[in-house]
Amino acid sequence: MKTTRGKIIWVAGPAVKADGMMGAKMYETVYVGEQRLIGEIIKLTGDVAFIQVYENTSGLRPGEPVESTGSPLSVSLGPGMLGSIYDGVQRPLDVIGRIAGGFIKRGIKADQLPMDKKWRFIPLVKKGEEAGPGDILGEVPETPLITSKVMVPPDARHGKLTYVAPESDYVVDDVVAEIETKDGKQPLKLYHRWPVRRPRPFSRRLDPEVPTITGQRVLDTFFPISKGGTACIPGAFGTGKTVTLHQLAKWSDAKVIFHVGCGERGNEESEVLTEFPHLKDPATGRPLMERTVLIANTSNMPVAAREASIYTGVTMAEYFRDMGYDVLLVADSTSRWAEALREISGRLEEMPAEEGYPSYLASRLAEFYERAGRVVNIGKPERVGSVSLVGAVSPPGGDFTEPVTTHTMRFIRTFWALDANLAYTRHYPAINWITSYSAYVETVRKWWAENVSPDWYDLRFQAYRLLQREADLLELVRLLGPEALPDEEKLILDVARMIREGFLQQSAYDEVDSYCPPPKQVKLISLFVKFHKLAEEALRRGVPLKEIRAMTIIPKLIRAKYEIPNNRLDLISELEKAMVESFERLLLTEKAEVKVA
Amino acid sequence: MTVERTGLEYLSVQEIKGPLMVVGGVSGVSYDELVEVETAEGERRLGRVIEVGEGRAVVQIFEGTQGLAIEGTRARFLGTTLKVPVSTEMLGRVFDGLGRPMDGLPEPVAEEMLDINGEPINPEQREYPSDFIQTGISSIDGMNSLVRGQKLPIFSGAGLTHNMLAAQIARQATVPGREEEFAVIFAAVGVQNDEARFFRRSLEESGAISRSALFLNLADDPAIERIVTPRIALTLAEYLAFKQGYHVLVIITDITNYAEALREVSAAREEVPGRKGYPGYMYTDLASLYERAGRIKGLKGSLTQMPILSMPSDDITHPIPDLTGYITEGQIVLSRDLYRKGIYPPVNVLMSLSRLMGPGIISQKRTRADHGDVSNQLYAAYARAVQLRSLAEIVGTAGLSETDLKYLEFGDLFEQRFLKQSYTENRTLDQTIEIAWEILSTLPETELTKIKEEHIKKHYRKRVG
Repeated sequence: MKTTRGKIIWVAGPAVKADGMMGAKMYETVYVGEQRLIGEIIKLTGDVAFIQVYENTSGLRPGEPVESTGSPLSVSLGPGMLGSIYDGVQRPLDVIGRIAGGFIKRGIKADQLPMDKKWRFIPLVKKGEEAGPGDILGEVPETPLITSKVMVPPDARHGKLTYVAPESDYVVDDVVAEIETKDGKQPLKLYHRWPVRRPRPFSRRLDPEVPTITGQRVLDTFFPISKGGTACIPGAFGTGKTVTLHQLAKWSDAKVIFHVGCGERGNEESEVLTEFPHLKDPATGRPLMERTVLIANTSNMPVAAREASIYTGVTMAEYFRDMGYDVLLVADSTSRWAEALREISGRLEEMPAEEGYPSYLASRLAEFYERAGRVVNIGKPERVGSVSLVGAVSPPGGDFTEPVTTHTMRFIRTFWALDANLAYTRHYPAINWITSYSAYVETVRKWWAENVSPDWYDLRFQAYRLLQREADLLELVRLLGPEALPDEEKLILDVARMIREGFLQQSAYDEVDSYCPPPKQVKLISLFVKFHKLAEEALRRGVPLKEIRAMTIIPKLIRAKYEIPNNRLDLISELEKAMVESFERLLLTEKAEVKVA
Repeated sequence: MTVERTGLEYLSVQEIKGPLMVVGGVSGVSYDELVEVETAEGERRLGRVIEVGEGRAVVQIFEGTQGLAIEGTRARFLGTTLKVPVSTEMLGRVFDGLGRPMDGLPEPVAEEMLDINGEPINPEQREYPSDFIQTGISSIDGMNSLVRGQKLPIFSGAGLTHNMLAAQIARQATVPGREEEFAVIFAAVGVQNDEARFFRRSLEESGAISRSALFLNLADDPAIERIVTPRIALTLAEYLAFKQGYHVLVIITDITNYAEALREVSAAREEVPGRKGYPGYMYTDLASLYERAGRIKGLKGSLTQMPILSMPSDDITHPIPDLTGYITEGQIVLSRDLYRKGIYPPVNVLMSLSRLMGPGIISQKRTRADHGDVSNQLYAAYARAVQLRSLAEIVGTAGLSETDLKYLEFGDLFEQRFLKQSYTENRTLDQTIEIAWEILSTLPETELTKIKEEHIKKHYRKRVG
């Protein structure tokens, strides 16, 4: 490819200007300075290129060379990604750690995929067959959880296979097939490269009918996200964004998980790396790390690579989608990504829009979230895959009216609003049930009815109604005190509190409670809805509220979420029976007392 | 700090504004290079290049530009970034904000020269912090545990007792069952003289001074130096922790002064400001300090940070505490209300948090089996008490139920028995949890839904009658 060589003329932080760059293209990758730091062209004026550098620029001086590579910022897609940890431009941090030790040094070059590791390639096509973009050539059993598919790159042309390698062990750079097209013969390897800023093509979109089961009660039951859906989770610091996202990464029933730590804490990545190899996938019992890819560009790593990290992540996610898998990508936090955008924009001296953010913030967010979707992939055999995107937002001061939150809300369909006041009382996950919403409740209704319980939708509605009534009543209580309410309304407050403590609150740290399977969710919610019906009935029949409140079964109902193991739903049924009996006893004593009186 | 007398010298100062000086006609100057500036009178100052190109270099002068003239000022570019000498001999010493000895003793012999900006720790190489530190303070140990390698700031307000609290932690912090003591690195950033003296005295009295190093940039020292002081302190701390195997506790006070210096530079560069005039990159800049805490796989030492910041008008949503809270692993928030009630330490536990207080740290193996549940129950119960208190102010206690009244009583007990302790009182974790059970036992057993039944059976004290 044609390369251009220029010279640095100006340096300030992550931004560098170079002249003599005529012929270079926008978003082309360049090597900057004698240390050949990686950078990307983000503006061209005459022969001057404006470059954002993905590494620390300390010591860089005007006059040093800049060399373009001819290709845009790309990632290598092939076996070896699962279980890895990359920085924002797909440099493997474990390899860098082996070379450089505890600290990240500059200018270290490392292969994006392990080049010497051998993979078993099992061909699924034969020589002489027709093949085209997206067609599956064969399989590589990458981890016991995931079998990678080797595909014809989406930008290749149709043609005839002139060579298919026999089943054997190969490194990623080996040629495993050859296709003859109008343009001549093209060798196909176990991997191919794809530019991160270009969405990978698919055939057509499908409706978001299947929920992503997360095992988190407030999410699955009240504010579900579908496979291929989008969600955002905004919250002030300390409200539990990170823990919630980690829970999603741990327990979601997606096949492959991408966790993009974008300008966040280093210890959080190390937490994932320490914990995930020991956690078992609920479906298969295999270590979760076998289905996880981490992109970590922590807050103290170069800011330009933070900007790129989201695209790197979503491109890799699309690659697994193209194999026919359901992929979940969580990005923590898109606000830090937006800040990186703002910083670079500021150095470019662009005219700022709201709060200094560039005017293209909204369109960049829209482009990112549009890469989610449940789709029919291109190529043979026909397969369906999905990418679901969940973005954390860190609004300054917890103010949801700031630009990143407001723009994000326009492009997502599930909104999990974290509430500092809930977090202060240690109500976790601190998702405010009044301000949150999900546009997928109706679309996933059928799935729940067919796969879990026909009652899910109604129970959800009734429980939610109680919570809404509580919110209204609490307004009154604030003025008049709780004793001013009639007993039926006091009862609503009591039951709503039970739902909050016994259902909405969920401990990420409790062995049982951390993951709640869908049937248990339905059983638990039905417990509280039924309690309300029975208690209402008892009140009507003259049982004093005081006696209902004193029922010793109440703490048992609240503790059921963690005291009853997830595989012992029969115990919940027994508890329900015990609850019905307690009410019957209450009514009997009541009758007896009435008779005595 | 000694500076070698090499490098290109320029007399071509073009412009001086705020803390910045523009030197023209330069060549071969690199970004972030160290600059020595000499006034016509022979006074020397240090600075660094923050922008270079088209024959000019923008230099940020650490000691400020007061007294600098366009004519007669020499700028010497030293061909290196700002490096400081580090050595274990620096423990027991006092330095100024640029790392020069202030105690009249000679310069310590450098074991290494290190760049003050350090390098980012590879997240893959981090060891997840898991050693519980007992500070002897109930509100921290019981409900917001500090862990070796954590960065846990104190959010305070003007005039609150944050300095006492930090000094008490520096004095008392130990890892139960281990004998290693902390080396304490103290960085004063624009604080008043008597605050710095208080810390020094407190370290001397407890005998900790011999394993401490103090870096003092006081209120009357140059403001721009404040950008450098914490970095010098952290560079020494990293050296001690990751090269010499020390467990280091770094206390930086006051981050608010640091952020103001940052704003001053940004304003002088005419950058587009973010919120309240602070630069848009303040998050990244603060992270370059805070993220230097941690542990590294295979290395013995640890770097724990306790930055202190005073929230302007006690506002936690102000950019400085806000951005800090997004980077650090929790926060200890001090409350003026509790302070007025005479409670020391005035920790507002509801707004405080330790993110590392997970099952890896507070488990049977490391602390106590009931630690997590008790902490959750204290939070829930105290939160309810505070809610009911404000309700009682409106509707009076008559409008509350019997249980509600018990919660009100609990709230007072919590503040007086659990939170409040003296400056010299060093409680063990067992003592802290015992006090917790004592006050939780004033609530009906059915209210303790956050605690597993087995723990209730063991520890709940049924009240007679």
